[in-house]
Amino acid sequence: MLFTSYKFIELVLCLFAAYYIVPRRVRWPLLLVFSYVFYWLCDPKYLIFIGTTTVTAWGATVLMGRADAKAEAYLKANKENMTKDERKAYKKRLASRKKLFMVLCLLLNLGILAVTKYTNFVIANINTFLSKGNAIRAVDLIIPMGISFYTFQTMSYVIDCARGTCRPEKNPFKVALFVSFFPQLVQGPISRWNDLSKTLFEGKPFNASDFGSGLMRILWGYFKKVVIADRIITGVTMLISYPQIYTGVFVFCAMMFYAFELYCDFTGGIDITIGIAECLGIKVTENFNLPYFSKNIKEYWNRWHITMGTWFTDYIFYPLSVSPKMLDLSKRSRQKFGNGVGKRIPVYTSCFLVWLTTGIWHGAAWNFIVWGLMNFVVIMASQELEPLYAKFHGRFGLKEKSGYKVFEIIRTILLMSMIRMFDCYRDVPLTFKMVGTMFYKFNFNRLTDGSLLKLGLSASDYYVLLAGLVIVFSVSLYKARKGTDIRSALRGKTALAGFVMAVLFAVIIVFGAYGDGYDSSQFIYNQF
Amino acid sequence: MEGNTLKRKHSRIRTAAVIALVVAFLFALMWFLQCLLMPKYMKGIIEGAMTAEYYDSKEPHEVIFIGDCEVYENISTAELYRKYGISSYIRGSAQQLAWQSYYLLEDTLRYEKPKVVIFNVLALKYDKPQKDTYNRMTLDGMRWSSSKVDAIKASMTEDESFIEYLFPILKYHSRWNELTSDDWKYLFSHDRVTTNGYYMRVDIRPQKEFPPAPRLTDYTLGENAMSYLRKMASLCRENDIELVLIKAPTEYPYWYDEWDAQIVDFARKWGLTYINYQDLKDEVGLDMTTDTYDEGLHLNIYGAEKMADHIGAFLVENYDLTDYREVPEVAALWEENLRFYDDLRAAQQKELDEYGELRSWGIGAVEN
Repeated sequence: MLFTSYKFIELVLCLFAAYYIVPRRVRWPLLLVFSYVFYWLCDPKYLIFIGTTTVTAWGATVLMGRADAKAEAYLKANKENMTKDERKAYKKRLASRKKLFMVLCLLLNLGILAVTKYTNFVIANINTFLSKGNAIRAVDLIIPMGISFYTFQTMSYVIDCARGTCRPEKNPFKVALFVSFFPQLVQGPISRWNDLSKTLFEGKPFNASDFGSGLMRILWGYFKKVVIADRIITGVTMLISYPQIYTGVFVFCAMMFYAFELYCDFTGGIDITIGIAECLGIKVTENFNLPYFSKNIKEYWNRWHITMGTWFTDYIFYPLSVSPKMLDLSKRSRQKFGNGVGKRIPVYTSCFLVWLTTGIWHGAAWNFIVWGLMNFVVIMASQELEPLYAKFHGRFGLKEKSGYKVFEIIRTILLMSMIRMFDCYRDVPLTFKMVGTMFYKFNFNRLTDGSLLKLGLSASDYYVLLAGLVIVFSVSLYKARKGTDIRSALRGKTALAGFVMAVLFAVIIVFGAYGDGYDSSQFIYNQF
Repeated sequence: MEGNTLKRKHSRIRTAAVIALVVAFLFALMWFLQCLLMPKYMKGIIEGAMTAEYYDSKEPHEVIFIGDCEVYENISTAELYRKYGISSYIRGSAQQLAWQSYYLLEDTLRYEKPKVVIFNVLALKYDKPQKDTYNRMTLDGMRWSSSKVDAIKASMTEDESFIEYLFPILKYHSRWNELTSDDWKYLFSHDRVTTNGYYMRVDIRPQKEFPPAPRLTDYTLGENAMSYLRKMASLCRENDIELVLIKAPTEYPYWYDEWDAQIVDFARKWGLTYINYQDLKDEVGLDMTTDTYDEGLHLNIYGAEKMADHIGAFLVENYDLTDYREVPEVAALWEENLRFYDDLRAAQQKELDEYGELRSWGIGAVEN
């Protein structure tokens, strides 16, 4: 079920009405019911998967909690009888038992994720490797909606419980709601238990100001998604579907169109999610912070899909970096290559593995894997070139000049957009080929020969897109300059906020690219 | 303390008032946009305006025709009145499906109780919803009632949503880039497009040979469509209305003998009159070289008047109908209808004489 489907909107409106009618203590159970209804409406079979994840996560964490409680009681009772070493050994045994629960839970859930999402990818590669066409047949597997998001979110909870940074929740229904909270099921963010649980089960009383603010954020999300992303996607699809026609300057157009589409689609979806949560008095972690204002790729990844980035950092990069094998590698590489290079090898190895898994997580295709590795290469290269940049900046004093900052921002957008082309084209070689045409095929004249009007976008569509992007840019610029968003500035100004929302609503309804629309060409007179 | 409470109370009232104003503004804005974006059907494809036009009609109707283009293009209501004093109305629209006809009849009975209902059976060939655009032309103009809700539910294709009928702007929003001056001109008003549901054409394009009728695997008329015919017959029976079934004289789209036999059987079982005008073309006096405007698919005014002459005679002979020419209040209203009819005829004839074809009417007509 898409955010833009009538069913979803109807479900959310019903939830808003019901949520504030029922007593506070039953609000979170109501939310759980709605979340499961949402998932059931998408496909009843999905419930088996999310149910398994929930039960195993709850089971594993409860066992961890019990082990903790038992250990605490044992240690308390034997406080005097045990030596320091005995206590240490006991705690170690406890930790390894908790680790066992965690590993079993991770194996099962990541196994489900791997099987559902990657089986056919593996089969296709085996077939290619054996050069035997379809020797092994692809299997028809269900890929539950949002499985990557809810699996990662749930695993973070299990790992945190094992680490002791999070208290295991005894109530399985609360865990079920944490896993299935439906607004964030589709495209994240990947919340952490300690953040989301603070407000998820609270059932806050109705607050008109928060509700209005949430509503405005939902509208803003729909504006970006429906007016811009869902309109420009027609052009992107056309440009990438016919690579033999759309080369050179059109690849650049596809690259920029896709950059706008992805930004508006993803941030719009997150705005809708966070807005819905805000209307319910629930605080969901922010996932974006003006990514297109980043001056380098590292900064970009701190601002784009933040919860995914921190997930990989906390649960892959850090554990990998401090793992015995990596520490051993660090020691050996320092001995062999000296401190300078030797120090970097384990860091870069961890980084490589993080980007590899990030790529795999994004999708079951080589395109995504190469995309991940391209990010790794660019980040590493810019890190290696850092001293050179510093020297350059020091000599010419450009760093603080606003013109240079704009250059850095544009450079980052172009670089990221180019890497992202791996999302678009059919396969990796084609992506390289098409991106290559941008640098030798200078068919700029095609931009003015009407070709852009043959992409399924009319002139008026381009005007709407232009106006929409100017609005999005202005709102972002306001936030970048003032450090706060427009919604905060409108808080307390009921009339102005209401007027803005009414106009935004009308704009979405009229200019949104949704529904089948009305096509007078469908009339065939003699078929009356 | 008391002052603070009072202040808070005032502030809450002010906030509530502002919210109410904003909501009112939003509703007004959306209503205006909806009026603007909905197709007006005033030129070219005017069929979309027919359903709603019925509600403007002031005179009583003793005969109601129900069906698709085989009634609204083939029978002149003006001629029926002029020649026999029969006051009739055609509740027809483009590709009006059997269930839509049933619910339009149900809707009609909310406003008046005719003596005779005449249903054209061609639509029974469709057993499932067809195209959303045709659905909208028939249903958008219906006034809201349980009949409209049921008609929508029965008509929706898989891709349609009820909410788009409830708020048509959700369907028509994409028209923002194709608005014409007509959309502004007819924002809150509309012109008349038919004479009591009759769609006039004065041009002539003789019938040509149709492609051979394709063989069907199953000639049974669909159960869904037939169930609505039964419902229609029951509704008429409950309301003491005579239901007459007809098949228009036009030969295309095909009306198979096997289908005809099923209708004959149905009429016999229910004690209804069924007239297949395909067999009575000579009796009616139809000449398909001069009485059709689109190569035999539909009749023009000459054919429609001949059909009215024949069907009028049948009605007068078999049913106790009022000669409304003798009822001054109704006659006065019909004078207006006839004036519209004659003026439209003259205007079309003038254009036909001038250009040799109709440019302001029909699907090719360009909106301003």
